[in-house]
Amino acid sequence: MKYIALLSFLLLSTIGIAQDCNYTLSGYIIDLHDNTTLEDATIILAGSEQQISVDKDGKYSISGLCRATYNLQVSHPACETQAIRVNLDGNTSRNIFMEHHLETLGDIELKAHLHNSKSKTATENVVAHTLLESNSAGSLGDALKQLSGVSSLSTGSTVVKPIIQGLHSSRVLLITDGTRLQDQEWGVEHAPNIDINSAGEVTVIKGAAGLQYGGDAVGGTIIIEPEKIPVKDTVFGRTILTTATNGRGGTMTSSITKSYNSGWYGNLQGSLKRFGDFESPDYILSNTAVAERNISGRIGLNTYRFGLEANYSRFEKEAGILRASHVGGAEDLVVAIQSDRPSFIAPFTYDIYPPRQEVTHQIAKIKGFYRFENLGKLSAQYDYQRNNRLEFDIRRDSEDTRPSIDLQLETVSLKTDFEYTADNTITAKVGISGNYQKHFPDPSTGVRRLIPDYQAETFGLYMLGSKQWDAWTIEAGARYDYNRIVAEKFYTTSLWEERGYDLLFPELVLQEFENQLLVRPDLSYSNISATLGTRYELNEKASLSLNYALATRAPNVSELFSDGLHQSAARIELGDLSFDQEVASKFSLQYKQSGSNWSASIAPYANLISNYILIEPTGIQQTIRGNFQVWEYRQTQARLLGVDLDAEVQLGEHWDLQHQFSVVKGRDLTLDEHLINMPSANTRTTIKYHLPRWKNLHLSLESNYVFRQNDYPDTNFEVYLPQTETTVIVDVSTPPNAYHLLNFRGDIDFALSEKSTLNLGLMVNNLMNTSYREYLNRQRYFADDLGRNILLQLKVNY
Amino acid sequence: MRTIYKFFILFTFTFSLTSCISDDDSLPTIVNQEEVITTVSLTLTPEAGGSSLILRSFDSDGDGPNAPVVTVSGDLEADTIYLGTVLFLNETVSPIENITEEVQDEADEHQVLYTIGSSLSASITPTDFDSNSNPLGTSIRLSITSPSEGLLTITLRHEPKKPNDGTLLDAGGETDVQVSFPVVIN
Repeated sequence: MKYIALLSFLLLSTIGIAQDCNYTLSGYIIDLHDNTTLEDATIILAGSEQQISVDKDGKYSISGLCRATYNLQVSHPACETQAIRVNLDGNTSRNIFMEHHLETLGDIELKAHLHNSKSKTATENVVAHTLLESNSAGSLGDALKQLSGVSSLSTGSTVVKPIIQGLHSSRVLLITDGTRLQDQEWGVEHAPNIDINSAGEVTVIKGAAGLQYGGDAVGGTIIIEPEKIPVKDTVFGRTILTTATNGRGGTMTSSITKSYNSGWYGNLQGSLKRFGDFESPDYILSNTAVAERNISGRIGLNTYRFGLEANYSRFEKEAGILRASHVGGAEDLVVAIQSDRPSFIAPFTYDIYPPRQEVTHQIAKIKGFYRFENLGKLSAQYDYQRNNRLEFDIRRDSEDTRPSIDLQLETVSLKTDFEYTADNTITAKVGISGNYQKHFPDPSTGVRRLIPDYQAETFGLYMLGSKQWDAWTIEAGARYDYNRIVAEKFYTTSLWEERGYDLLFPELVLQEFENQLLVRPDLSYSNISATLGTRYELNEKASLSLNYALATRAPNVSELFSDGLHQSAARIELGDLSFDQEVASKFSLQYKQSGSNWSASIAPYANLISNYILIEPTGIQQTIRGNFQVWEYRQTQARLLGVDLDAEVQLGEHWDLQHQFSVVKGRDLTLDEHLINMPSANTRTTIKYHLPRWKNLHLSLESNYVFRQNDYPDTNFEVYLPQTETTVIVDVSTPPNAYHLLNFRGDIDFALSEKSTLNLGLMVNNLMNTSYREYLNRQRYFADDLGRNILLQLKVNY
Repeated sequence: MRTIYKFFILFTFTFSLTSCISDDDSLPTIVNQEEVITTVSLTLTPEAGGSSLILRSFDSDGDGPNAPVVTVSGDLEADTIYLGTVLFLNETVSPIENITEEVQDEADEHQVLYTIGSSLSASITPTDFDSNSNPLGTSIRLSITSPSEGLLTITLRHEPKKPNDGTLLDAGGETDVQVSFPVVIN
């Protein structure tokens, strides 16, 4: 396609009438992104077929030219060929800017070195596109937990939240295509509303060094970027079909992209997922079916100088929550914990009954950029997000089909930043952002609101930069955020008094009802965050990075306002209106070294958090419905120490061995006690075999050993059972045993035509059909985790 | 560069001066928790006639921090048969909601289970049934044999296994109500 365009261009090119033909046209070929000169460029003078090469400094010079208009065709192996029109009226100097674009047509070409680092000195990991694709039927959390230092907090197998170096939920920012996801991430059973199939590349920054994204990333930042679209005339697409035995369902995802030399492009992507009840090795996990429908589209213009894009995405998910995990009170919990089988097992079905959740997340966005020559790039973005969350509980009256929770969160944000690009040894960025949020919990549920009506606004200002001197790189940044939240909430009078709020905040009360109070807390927080880091390249093969990040996080709505029974967790949760911000100081070090056939990295870290907010059991509350465990949020001094190891050895031509290990130790310094819910140590070893000459065969066997968490606080409590007339201990704290899983993957390629390939993959997860329970799966009290799953995947690139 | 500078200044000003949070927003409407049970009472009348006894548990704030208040109006007589009816009420709303009626309407999905402490010399048989002739337990016959003391526990289960052997363990389901009454038999 591009050759045709080029040919027609050559035919149309004009040559001036010969006059004084002794002028010279000269200049440099410059990479638009970083202003480095490009030495491998070639210039053809249209009409004359004269080929001018560029010297090693990127300089070109064409002499013997006349007073005329010339057309130059400039090409470079890594850039889109460009046509330049020059009016010559004497000796002329003209620099030619080329855009080094990323070859993203096929995933094979998407290599690590094309990846733009998000931070120069912090520990970060990139999820390969192939890993995202092989998890097409899973979730983002499933794919991310395969990175060292990343684990997951899950509710069953379909609600999976990523944990970065021991921290999750509000402490992990999710940035999708430049937008901070506002999907009520405070909830432990709220998985990120992201379609894994829409991601082109995912980067995980372990810590708060990504200041441009937010200052409250105490845990880290996950950056999801869509596939890059090249500036050329092309059309390409991909379809992935996955079917799985466990859950007896599958997913289908398809995307199509059209782009033009002019810079215009459009992309449409959609995916469908449907699974029935999943199965553990010994029984069906009743009511764990899931359905997902996602669509996204974008249209835009991307030229050297400026770009503009509008996009829209919609994520829709309906997930059943294990029926047996719905318990009445502590007495029911004892029975569940003591039994090794779930209390409710029904025949397999695709139907989803209560308890279940239905979430819809929509994002609409307009963004643009303008490049100033020899200066930098100015970007701006406006986006609107709407998150709707419905949770259906089992109601006493089964005719009542209303949800128990009906929340709508709308967020409008506006941001702009300026990136300095004139010197390739310097990166510098300043930016400003603001957002307004409105939360509306529908009262028609007939259930007291879990999270109140609130309006919130944030305003942020940041600057960060780095400078490189030979082997040294220094990075620094600072950010200021102002958060304000104004809530209108009903408290039961008895709770308001029990918490002592009647003495602390009498001025907040707006109205008094018979047994409830309407209060209007107006809370504001000023947060400072900063980062400072350095990297030293010891030699070509070894580097050392040290990074310090200061993050400040304002308490979230759940930590502030929780005030009662959380039915889906069968516990009473109590927040605290008087919480302060959480301030984390994280030191991370990373040493990387590689040899001719190996590479390794070791990354220890220490995260010291003051006013760390955690929720843990504090007692038991008697109600007419029986006894419920009370979980209270509190603030403490916390310390997290950990290390992530990664190593890879190439064994001969075909074999490759990868190994990773992560461990984190959390300590509550105030109470001198272990922190609750810390991920256990985990090691992953993969042996891979690759035979390119036979259908590009890939085989891999992964061994994943998860240690038992031995460091946990004892939060067990006692309850009286009338049936046996005994007082028993409710063992909610003892973690389950260590487990070992084997996972297999093999795939082969078939060339369908010159441009399209078919990749056929077979995956077997939990090969040995091991029964296990994971400490950080909230359903571990009730049922085993997933049994063996055989997946067949068909992938076509065209 | 100057334009960028101006742009930032403007941007900062717009954000710092305009707060989007509106004060005049209409106030949210109150939600009176539905499906709350505040009161459980068991009225026991001697089959042969005589004055009734009431075992009552009242939790004014439902799931709130206040503990339920348990009262037993008197002692039971040995060698007596009592007829009992159980009543579940939501007294946070007016008029007071009678939840026993709801339980009876959806008898298939509910069961009231009685657990008699081993020290008590008494036995209970349910006298009402669901459409499948499985016990419902909103009315009972209580047979008292000899003087003793102990706990009588009333449990309302939602979606129990039916039929079951009358024990909490076998019935399963979720607990909607559970109250233990200290009972004395003279």
